[in-house]
Amino acid sequence: MSEAAISGSNSTLVDDWSADKQAYHVPWGKAMMWIFLVSDTFIFTCFLTGYLHVRLTTTDPWPLQSEIFALSFGGDPIPLILIAIMTFILITSSGTMALAVNFGYRRDKKKTFWFMVATAAFGASFVGMQAFEWSKLILEEGVRPWGNPFGAPQFGSVFFMITGFHGLHVTAGVIYLLTVAFKVKKGHYDKKGYEIVEIAGLYWHFVDLVWVFIFAFFYLL
Amino acid sequence: MSSEAGQQHPLGIYYKIWILLFVLSSFSYAVDFFNVQGGMRWGLVLLFMALKAGFIVAIFMHVVWERMALVLTILGPPLVLLLLIGLMSVEGFYISGARVQYMGQDPNQVALTPADLHGGGHGEEEEHAEEEAH
Repeated sequence: MSEAAISGSNSTLVDDWSADKQAYHVPWGKAMMWIFLVSDTFIFTCFLTGYLHVRLTTTDPWPLQSEIFALSFGGDPIPLILIAIMTFILITSSGTMALAVNFGYRRDKKKTFWFMVATAAFGASFVGMQAFEWSKLILEEGVRPWGNPFGAPQFGSVFFMITGFHGLHVTAGVIYLLTVAFKVKKGHYDKKGYEIVEIAGLYWHFVDLVWVFIFAFFYLL
Repeated sequence: MSSEAGQQHPLGIYYKIWILLFVLSSFSYAVDFFNVQGGMRWGLVLLFMALKAGFIVAIFMHVVWERMALVLTILGPPLVLLLLIGLMSVEGFYISGARVQYMGQDPNQVALTPADLHGGGHGEEEEHAEEEAH
C-alpha cells in the first residue's frame, strides 16, 4: 500500500516534469539564461540592499565619492571622470552586442564575429580600468575592506564587494563572448541557429544593467 | 515577431536606443559634475537610472517583444525585492536614529577627501560641506 503510494507519488512527479507541455516558447537555453539572470538580480539586489542598510545606519560620514573617484589629467581633478568613462565604455559595448545579435540572426557570420570581439574588447578595457581604480584606492589612498582614511569604514567593504562581484561578471562575460564568437566564426551554429548569440547578449546586457544601478547608487548618490 | 523565429528587428531601433543611453548617462554624470544636491540629486539620478534600465531591458534584452509568460517570469519575482528594500530602509533609519539618540553620535560630520589627506590638489573652491544628506 505504502509501496504503491510512494511509486504513485513518484510517477506523478515524473509525469509532471516530463509532460509534453511548454510554458516558454523560446529555446531552452534562453529560458535558462533568463532564470539565471533573475537569480543574479537577487544576488546583486541583496548586495545593494546591504549597502543601503550600512550606509543608513553608520553614523560616521560617508566618503565623498565624487572626490575620491576624481582623476587629474594634468590640471585640476575632474570629479568621477574615470567612472563616467567606464560607464560610456559599457554602454558602447552593449550597443555592439545588440548589433552582433542582429547580424547573427541575419546569418552574417563575419560581422557577428567582429562585433562580438569588439564587445569583448570593450569589456576587457572596462576590467582594466577597474583594476587601475582598485590599485589607486588600495595603494595610494589606503582604502581597505575594514577601513579607510576618509570616513565610514563600510565604504571599503561595500566598494570591494560590489564592484568586485560586478567585475567578476564582466570578466566571465568577456571569456563567454570570445568563446561564442570563435564558435560562430568556425560555423558551429550554422545548423543549430544563432540563438546562442542572443543568449550571450542577454548576459552581457545584464552586466551593463547592473552597472546602471551601481553607478547610480554607489557612485552618484 | 514570435520568439521561435528569433528576435529580429530593424537596426534603426538599436541605434536610437544606443544614442539615448549615451544621452541619459551624460545627464547622470552632469548631475554630479554640476554638483546638484539634495532631493533634486536623488530625483534626477533615480529618474535617469530607471529610464536607462528600462530601455536596456525592454529593447536590448527584447523583453518588450517576448510573450507574457516569459515577461512575467522575468519581471514578477524581482518585485519581491522592493519589499526587502522597503523594510531595510525603515530599519536603517530607525537604527541610525537610535545611535544618534542613545550613543550620542554626531550625524552631521563631514567626510575627509583625498585633497584633505594629501594636501594640495584643489583648494577652497570645492565646497562639499553641505553634502551627505542621506
